[in-house]
Amino acid sequence: MSTTERLGDLLRELAPQVLGLLLRRHGGFEECEDAVQEALLVAATRWPAGDIPENPRSWLVTVASRRLVDQIRSEQARRRREVTAAVREAPDAAVAPAPGEEGPGARDDTLALLFLCCHPGLTPASQVALTLRAVGGLTTVEVARAFLVPEATMAPRISRAKQRIRTAGASFEMPPPQERAIRLDAVLHVLYLIFNEGYTASSGPDLHRGDLTGEAIRLTRMVHRSLPDDGEVAALLALMLLTDARRTARTGPDGGLMPLAEQDRKRWDAAMIEEGAALVTDAMSVSPLGPYQLQAAIAALHVQAPRAEDTDWEQIRVLYGILARIAPNPMVTLNHAVAVAMTRGPQAGLELLESLDCDPRIARHHRLYAVRAHLQELVGEYAAARENYLLAARCATSLPEQRYLRDRAGKLER
Amino acid sequence: MKFLLNLYRRAVALPGERLDHEEFLATAGQAGELVSAHVFADPSISAVVWARDGVVTVTEGPYSQTPDHVAGQYVVDCESRERAVELAALIAGGQVGGVEVRPLMDSAGMEM
Amino acid sequence: MKFMLIMHNNPQIWDALTEEERNEVMSGHGPFMETVKKSGEMISTTALADPSQSAVVRVRGGVPAVTDGPYLEAKEYLGGYYMVECDSRERALELAALIPDAGVEGLGIEVRPVLFAGTADG
Repeated sequence: MSTTERLGDLLRELAPQVLGLLLRRHGGFEECEDAVQEALLVAATRWPAGDIPENPRSWLVTVASRRLVDQIRSEQARRRREVTAAVREAPDAAVAPAPGEEGPGARDDTLALLFLCCHPGLTPASQVALTLRAVGGLTTVEVARAFLVPEATMAPRISRAKQRIRTAGASFEMPPPQERAIRLDAVLHVLYLIFNEGYTASSGPDLHRGDLTGEAIRLTRMVHRSLPDDGEVAALLALMLLTDARRTARTGPDGGLMPLAEQDRKRWDAAMIEEGAALVTDAMSVSPLGPYQLQAAIAALHVQAPRAEDTDWEQIRVLYGILARIAPNPMVTLNHAVAVAMTRGPQAGLELLESLDCDPRIARHHRLYAVRAHLQELVGEYAAARENYLLAARCATSLPEQRYLRDRAGKLER
Repeated sequence: MKFLLNLYRRAVALPGERLDHEEFLATAGQAGELVSAHVFADPSISAVVWARDGVVTVTEGPYSQTPDHVAGQYVVDCESRERAVELAALIAGGQVGGVEVRPLMDSAGMEM
Repeated sequence: MKFMLIMHNNPQIWDALTEEERNEVMSGHGPFMETVKKSGEMISTTALADPSQSAVVRVRGGVPAVTDGPYLEAKEYLGGYYMVECDSRERALELAALIPDAGVEGLGIEVRPVLFAGTADG
C-alpha cells in the first residue's frame, strides 16, 4: 500500500470520529460537516509522506473547530460567542487517546452519524451521497465521480440532504429504542445500495465506482463492530464478502459478463468466502432470522460448492421459500423460480414465473424475460427462449447485460 | 438512473423562440438531478456522414425529415422513471410538441 | 464549436449483421474515444436504451399526459451520441467518419451544430 493510500485510509477512518466530536460539542450538522471536510482537505495536502502528526485526530478536531468558528463568524455573528467559548474551553481535552486508538464513544458516534445520514426524510440517492461524504470521508468530487455525474450535480444533492435533515429537526443522537430497528434497516439498505453500485461496475471507465464495494464493506465493518450481536448487520457484511469474493471471475477474457455457473472458481477469493461463511453461520445460530441472513446463506451455498453442478439447490430453494414469505418482492420470486426449476424441473419454475406477469414492478423488466428465456431453453423451447432473450436485451439498460443477453439469443439461432 | 429528455419542437415553431424552463432548472438543479443541457442549431444546417470501405460521403441536411424535430436535450440523474416523467412534465408545455424520456445505457452490469 | 455526432440505429440493419460484425462495431468505439479524448475534443458520450423503454410526456392545459414508447415510430431511432468541441465543421465531419457505425451499410452519422451546451458545472 502506498503512503498516499495509507493517508487516505487514515483520514477516512477518522472522519466520522472527528465529525461526531464536533457535533456533540457544537451541534449544527451542516456547519460541522463542512468544517470536517475542509479539515480533511487541509490534512490531505499538508501531511506528505511520513509527516503525519502524532495525534492526527486531535489535529483534525482543532483545525475543523477553527474552521467552524470562522464559518459561524462570517455567517452568524450572534452565535459567535458561545461557540468560540466552547472551542476555547478544550480543543484537545476530550480527544486524547493515543494515535490509532479509538476514543470512548467513537463507535457510537459513527453509528449515530449513519442514522442521521440515512434519515427517512431523504431520498435513497441523497442518503447514499451524504453517507459517503459525512461518514465515509469522501469529497464531493469523489462521490460525484463514483456516480458518474458532474460535481455540480452532486454538490446540491448533498446540501439539499443536509437542509432536509435540519428541517426534519433530526439531531445527532441514537434514535429511541422503539425506532431503532426500522432506522437500522434504512442504514443497512443504504450500505447495500453503495455496495451494489460498486459491484455492478467492474472495469474501464467505471473503475472509480468499483471502489465503492470496498467503501461499503469498510462502513459495514464499522457498524458490525458497534453492534456485534446484530445478526442482520453481520449477515450484510457476510453477503458483501461472499459476493465480492467473485469479483474478478465475473468477467470473461473479452470483458463480457460471466454467469455464476460458468465462472472459474479458482479465481474466487477463498479468504473472503471463509470469513463471510463464518459470519453468516454464527449470525444464524444466535439471531432471529432476517432477510440478509437468508441472502447471505444462499450466497454461501453458491460459493461453497466445488463445482456448479454440486450446488445444493434443494437448500437454496428452501431458503428462497422462507425469504419469499418474510420479505416478499418480485426479485425474490424470480430467484425462487430458478431454484424451483433446478430442483423440481424447469416447467415448475416457469409456472411460478406466471405470477409475476401482472406485477407492475417487474412485468416489463429484462430479468423476468431473461429468466423465462433461460428456463424455456432448459425445457427445449428454443424459439420461444430466443424471442425472450431478445426481448430481455431490448429492455436492458446495462450495456454488458444487453450484450450477454444478445449473445445468448445468438447461440440459439442455429 | 440517467435519462435523456428530448424536447420535440413543432416544425411550425419559429426558430429562436424562447423556452421557459425556469421551474425545471430550479427543481432539477437544486435537487442535484440535472447533469447537462444543450440546445441544437436548426436541423437544416446539419450534415450526415457515411463511410463505405474507406470512402466518405457527406449529405447536407438532417438524417431524416420529420414533422417535429429535437430542439434541445437535458440529461437528468434521478431516482426512478416516474421521477423523470415528473421532471419532463415541467418542460412539456407551450411550443414543445412533447418531451421524450429515454433511459441511458449504463456501462456496468450484474452477472445474469 | 460544439457538434453532436448522432448515431442513428436501425434494428433491421443491426439484426442482419453477424455477431462478429456487431461486436466489431461495438468494440470500435474504444479506439474512437481514445482518439477524441487524446485530441481534447471529447465533451461527452451517451448510449441510449431501446426506444421501447421510452415515455412521452405532453402537457396540455396544464395537464400532463404520458404515453409509453418513442415520440416517433420510425425504422430508425437515436441510438447514442458523441458531443465534441472542434475547430471547424470539416473536422467534425472527419471525426464522424471515424465512428465505427458510419461504416455499416445503411447507417450514417448525423453532425448537428450545438448552439449552447452546459453541464451542471456551468
